[in-house]
Amino acid sequence: MTNSLKDVGQADVILLTGTNTVENHPVIAQMIKTAALSGDTKLIVVDPRDISMARYAEIRLRPGPGTDVAWLNGMAQVIISEGLWDKEFVEKRTEGFEEFRRSAKEYTPDLVHEITGIRPAELRKAARLYASAPSAAIYYAMGITQHVTGTDNVMAIANLAMLTGNIGRPGTGVNPLRGQNNVQGACDLGALPNVFPGYQKVADDTVRKKFEKAWGVKLPARPGLTVVEMLDAAGRGDIHAMYVIGENPVLTDPDANHVEAALEKLDFLVVQDIFLTETAEYADVVLPSSASVEKEGTFTNTERLVQRTRAAVEPPGNARSDMEIITDLAGRMGYEQKRTEPAEVMKEIASITPSYAGISYNRLARRGLRWPCTDGKHRGTKILHGKKFARGKGRFHPVDYIEPDEMPDKKYPFILTTGRILYHFHSGSMSRRSRPLKEYVDHGSAEINPSDARCLGIREGSPIRVNSRRGSVDTTTRISSRSPQGVVFMNFHFAEQPVNKLTNPALDKAGKIPELKVCAVSIESL
Amino acid sequence: MADTIIRMNGKRVSASPGHSVLDVARKNKIFIPTLCDNPQLKPAGYCRVCLVEDLISGRLITACDTVASSGMDISTESPRVLNARCRMLELILMNHPETCVICEKGNTCELRQLASGYGLALTSEDRIGCLEAIVDANPFIHRDLSKCIGCQICVRACREIQGAEAIEFTGKGLRGRPLVAGGGELSGSACELCGLCVSLCPVGALMERPTSHRGIEDRSAAVICPYCGVGCSLYLEVRDNEIIGVRAGVPGSVNGPSLCVKGRYGLDYVGHTDRLTQALVRKDGELTEVSWEEALDLVAKRLGGIIKKHGPDGVGVLASAKVTNEENYLIQKFARAVIGTNNVDHCARL
Repeated sequence: MTNSLKDVGQADVILLTGTNTVENHPVIAQMIKTAALSGDTKLIVVDPRDISMARYAEIRLRPGPGTDVAWLNGMAQVIISEGLWDKEFVEKRTEGFEEFRRSAKEYTPDLVHEITGIRPAELRKAARLYASAPSAAIYYAMGITQHVTGTDNVMAIANLAMLTGNIGRPGTGVNPLRGQNNVQGACDLGALPNVFPGYQKVADDTVRKKFEKAWGVKLPARPGLTVVEMLDAAGRGDIHAMYVIGENPVLTDPDANHVEAALEKLDFLVVQDIFLTETAEYADVVLPSSASVEKEGTFTNTERLVQRTRAAVEPPGNARSDMEIITDLAGRMGYEQKRTEPAEVMKEIASITPSYAGISYNRLARRGLRWPCTDGKHRGTKILHGKKFARGKGRFHPVDYIEPDEMPDKKYPFILTTGRILYHFHSGSMSRRSRPLKEYVDHGSAEINPSDARCLGIREGSPIRVNSRRGSVDTTTRISSRSPQGVVFMNFHFAEQPVNKLTNPALDKAGKIPELKVCAVSIESL
Repeated sequence: MADTIIRMNGKRVSASPGHSVLDVARKNKIFIPTLCDNPQLKPAGYCRVCLVEDLISGRLITACDTVASSGMDISTESPRVLNARCRMLELILMNHPETCVICEKGNTCELRQLASGYGLALTSEDRIGCLEAIVDANPFIHRDLSKCIGCQICVRACREIQGAEAIEFTGKGLRGRPLVAGGGELSGSACELCGLCVSLCPVGALMERPTSHRGIEDRSAAVICPYCGVGCSLYLEVRDNEIIGVRAGVPGSVNGPSLCVKGRYGLDYVGHTDRLTQALVRKDGELTEVSWEEALDLVAKRLGGIIKKHGPDGVGVLASAKVTNEENYLIQKFARAVIGTNNVDHCARL
């Protein structure tokens, strides 16, 4: 997030898109809902599904899945043609506006209507509301990013924020909501194939030399592979061993049949986890690790806030923390990790990661710090891009609408979109082992629009089979007008209904994110 | 606006503009009992336990929703105040069921604390019958509205803090009850089962299930919730190495008093019997328990062999969005510095 959660209530307008916040980030949803109820903040909710946040919205738009660039460009077109953009901000803080203006021009409300189904008057209303607010914030999540055009979608959002000067001030910003308790931290600390901690590029010689000096070894310069690419490489026989920690790709990665085949093909698979997950079933070695509440350390949340977490209970049996396991193994493979206490490791991190340089356990004892926090006196950064952008001037990136990789056709006439529900989490390895959560919901279903259900001749609870080009999944019908006509929603929490057997592994070229939000499926009654 | 000066129990105290008599008392460490007050909610004046006397007008006023104004002379413990306060408490107690003795709320019950402080108890005289069905409509919340004291904290919190407006108050005073807005059960309503109402209920009307006695914690620790990326803080209450309670309200936290259904009720997976407790190695097709020594030696040997044969890029490492920053740092360092590959990623895109 460019901004912090503290300023949710300071926005005059919040545009929420591709985020079913009530179910995925319930406590942020609570902040947004109370802001909306206070009357001081108006919501624009843009989502193909009739999500419950819509109840609080001033304006709600329901574009077809995968058409985000079109309506985002359309909003920009309306704002420009009606002269509602922030001329001073665009002039002083950005570059590339003329090119952007030219490219956005063709996205007239009529064209946008044709592509997305959003009525021209509604699009105009939303554009005016967003552009005329003194402070307007955009919040989004995987509904924006999990597309082959994920990067384009984010660019289109950034264009809109820059166009209206809604960046760098309280109550504004471009705010992605992160889905895992430490997904932000894992990215920050370099668990990515192209960057070291603090997003320092592995291909940059100066950076690499710094890390070589700090770690005392020669380091590889060529960026590595992402999760989906690694599994592809394993399938091709280019990767021979994998070491998987606290992840369950068999249920969470697209095209699960392909993932299983890839794992089968590996010469050696290590899985380190707290439960014997579906992925661990394929392992040659399984290492028992401790749960997060069993260890000391820090997590970084969606607003870049680094916070301490404490050990509340002891790990069971012979389970060990991931830190202990990995340092022990490094030692056996000839590398001595000298600092082994969490606070000491944070010192090591701070010494080579400029954005974490001012973070220490002493400072975190009472409250968290938002990065960048560049030295021991720096108080952290609540709002990014305040006076200038990281690169100097903010650059407009013209982007064009491209169809999703796989569109419905005669054989597969429905769009499948996937996500989470409030009562479970990701592959269900944790939430399905919680007694009350399991008691409340313990099966998956496919959410289908009533008119589609009528055409298919299925009723609430009817057993159905959902097929895509990659596989089939049996589930039960849940009839609800939350899903628009022609769209089926399924969650991926239940191994008995492995939805990712259906999903499309096509990747966004730049971000390498798979298009989990759109694929073509057929439905048959069982 | 400048502070105003009022008298409280004979002392001159200053009151900030807009502050209630209760706020002023609290600031000056003068105790006024309350049942329907919660600092995070707008004052309501429902329970009337916070009655104080304005010695100038001679009126009894509710301290929580009366703004302190210049020239007031307040007594928080005059005989009239004590008498009226005890009458209010007695009235609530008359409406309270005898199951009090086995109520799991125990001594954390605010009604019990106040009653005992004023030397009151459940009496058999003049009891007002109020049998209500105990409802366990979902696996999270145990509802015994016979114990409801009509403070409406649940309804107010659902609206003011949670923004859900899932419940509404029907009826008046001690006879009123919180009910699902629009009727029906919680599961079909706007309720997200966040449990905020349960956590703020001053008595045993709304309780977490199961309600059997789980004892008192030996200790508690502040942790970050392991589920989504909001970064909510919570206290885990622990007894004999088992989590027996989850509580919000860690100072300076992102979430304040709020949590979601998973954070509040879904952490028992930690103690699940499925937890892995021993290293496993596949032998003759079966995962077999081995020592750490054997498992780690095998991993080092096999990875070493594959690196030798296929080069470091023949290995891929998946770090985790569930482990700590320090661990992620060490994992990517392991991939880069020990194995020698940049093939390291995690589920950021999934």
